[in-house]
Amino acid sequence: MILIGERINGMFKDIREGILNKDPEPIKHWAKRQYEAGAAYLDVNTGPTVEAKDQPKVMEWLVNICNDTVPIPCCVDSTNPEAIEAGCAANRHGKVMINSTHADQWKMDIFLPMAAKYNAAIIGLAMNESGVPKSAADRAALAMEIVVNADAHGIPMEDLYIDPLMLPANVAQEHGVEVLEAIRQIKALAPGVRTTLGLSNTSQRCTNRHLLNRTFLIMCMAVGLDSAIADVDDPQLVDAVAAANILLNKDIYCDSFLKTFRQK
Amino acid sequence: MAVTIAKERWTSKVNELVLGAEPNVVKVGGDATLPFLFFEGEMPNRPVVALEVLDMEPEDWPDILKAPFEGVLGDPAAWAKKNVEYGADLVCLRLVSAHPDNKNASPEECAKTAKAVADAVNVPLIIIGCGVEEKDAEIMPAVGEALAGKVALLGCATPNNYKTITAACMVNGHSIVASSPLDINLAKQLNILITEMGLAANRIAIDPLVGALGYGIEYAYSIMERARLGALTGDKMLAMPVICFVGQEAWKAKEAKASNDETPEWGDQTRRAILWEVMTAVTFAQASGAIMVMRHPESCKQFKAHIDKMMEPVKY
Repeated sequence: MILIGERINGMFKDIREGILNKDPEPIKHWAKRQYEAGAAYLDVNTGPTVEAKDQPKVMEWLVNICNDTVPIPCCVDSTNPEAIEAGCAANRHGKVMINSTHADQWKMDIFLPMAAKYNAAIIGLAMNESGVPKSAADRAALAMEIVVNADAHGIPMEDLYIDPLMLPANVAQEHGVEVLEAIRQIKALAPGVRTTLGLSNTSQRCTNRHLLNRTFLIMCMAVGLDSAIADVDDPQLVDAVAAANILLNKDIYCDSFLKTFRQK
Repeated sequence: MAVTIAKERWTSKVNELVLGAEPNVVKVGGDATLPFLFFEGEMPNRPVVALEVLDMEPEDWPDILKAPFEGVLGDPAAWAKKNVEYGADLVCLRLVSAHPDNKNASPEECAKTAKAVADAVNVPLIIIGCGVEEKDAEIMPAVGEALAGKVALLGCATPNNYKTITAACMVNGHSIVASSPLDINLAKQLNILITEMGLAANRIAIDPLVGALGYGIEYAYSIMERARLGALTGDKMLAMPVICFVGQEAWKAKEAKASNDETPEWGDQTRRAILWEVMTAVTFAQASGAIMVMRHPESCKQFKAHIDKMMEPVKY
C-alpha cells in the first residue's frame, strides 16, 4: 500500500498561511510528520487562495521545501497544468506523481505527455466533464479510456494510478459498493495498472471520520487497492494498513510489523 | 516469429556485504534479480565458498573427509592455510572446543586461536562459536576484539544471544550471522532487532539453518526464495545475503557417511559424499545462497566450476 500524505494543501489554514507569509515551517513540519508516519509520497496542493498565475511558483517552492526536508517524492496536485509542470520539474526525489488527469480527451492530451516527459507516475480520475459516474461499469469504462491513452504515450502501466472516486457516505452512500466493484473490474481488465483513492472524501462532513476512512480503506485493499491519498497523521489508519498488508500477504510478517511498515 | 523473453522488473536489491580488510576483500550480495537471471537484473558478485576449520580434531568426520587435511587437523592455522591452497574464498573457523561437552575452552583461548588463524591466511574469516548460545555470547566479544580490523563475520546470533554478539561486531568492525530455524518471520524480526541496536543492515548475513539434500532441502529453498522475493520488492529487513552451512549438513547425511563396505550398491563413498555436498550447495546457489560453508576441497572445486558456468553472460 502506497500512502500519499494529503496534508500539504492550501485548503488547510496553517499551510495557507505558510504560503501567504512565505513561511516554510508549517510545510516542513507536515513533510516530516507525514514521512515519519509512513507516507511514500507527499501530496502538494497550493489551494484555491493562490492566483492561477502564481501557482507554478508556489508549487515549485512547496516541492523544494518538501524535497529539502524528506527523501520522498511529491505528488503534485493541481488543476493548473503550469503548476503541475513546475512541480514535476522541481521534484528531485524518486518518481514524481501527477495528480491528476480526468478521462476527458483534452485533459489527457495535456497531462499524459507531461507524465511521459517527466517520467512521472500519474493519477487518472475515472470521471469526465459529465461528473462522477454512478455505476462501477461506467467508472471502469472511463478508467479504460485513460489506460489506452496512457499506453499510447508509452507510460508504463505501473505508473498509472486509477482513482475510481469515492463520494461522502452522508450524501452518496450508494457509491461505496460501486467503488469496490470498480476496483475489482479495473484490476481484472487492466492487470498491472494501479489504483488509488482520495480516501478522506469518504467521510466529508460525517462524524467518526477516522473510522469511516479506515474501514473503507481496508475494504478497498481487500479488492486490490494499491494506494491512497490519506490522512497519514491518523496512527490507527496506518496501523490498519500495516495489518492488512500482512493479512493480504503483501508484506512478510514479523513481530515488529507496525514499525517496519512505517520504515519503508 | 521472434520470442519475447518475459522479464520481471524488480524495485529493490540485496545488500552488498563486504568481508575482509583491503586489499583482500570478498563481496557478496548486491543482487537485483533472482539468482543467475542476468537478463532481469544485475548479479555483481558470485556465490563464494568458505572451507571449514575446526579448532580441535574432528571426532565425527569420516576418514575420506579427514584425508585431504592429514597432518593439519590439530593445527587450525595450518589447516586454514591448507584451505586457502585448496581454493577457498574464505575460511570458516568453528570454535567447537568451547563447547562445555568438549574442552569448554575459555574466551581467551578461543580468541588466541582466532588470532592465529587470522595471522596465517589473508582471506576473510567467518568465526562461528560452539552452538551453545550462552557460551557463544561469552566467547564472541573476546574473539571480536582479537580480530579488530579484520572485518570478519561472527556468529551465530540467535534471539537469545544477539545482543552481545551484535555489540562485539559493532565495537570491532565485524559483521554478523543472524540464525533462525527455517522461520522467515523470525529471520526478519532478528534482523530488525540487530539493526535497532545500531548495526547497519549491510553488515548482516542471514543463516536460515539449511538442511542437506534429502533432509529438508526444499524447506530451506522455499524460505530463501521467499526472502529474496521480499528483498527484490523492497523488504529491507530481508535484503541480506544468505549464508548456508552446507558442509555440516551434507556430511551428517548417511549417503555421505556410509562406507563402501556398508552400502556397496551406492557406489564409491568419496565420489558419493562429495556429490552430496556439491548438490546441496548448487541447489542453495539457485535459491539465492551467497556464502557456502563447505568441508571437502573437491566439493569446493566442483562448486566453483559450476558457478563459473552459471556466471557466463546470457545472450538475451
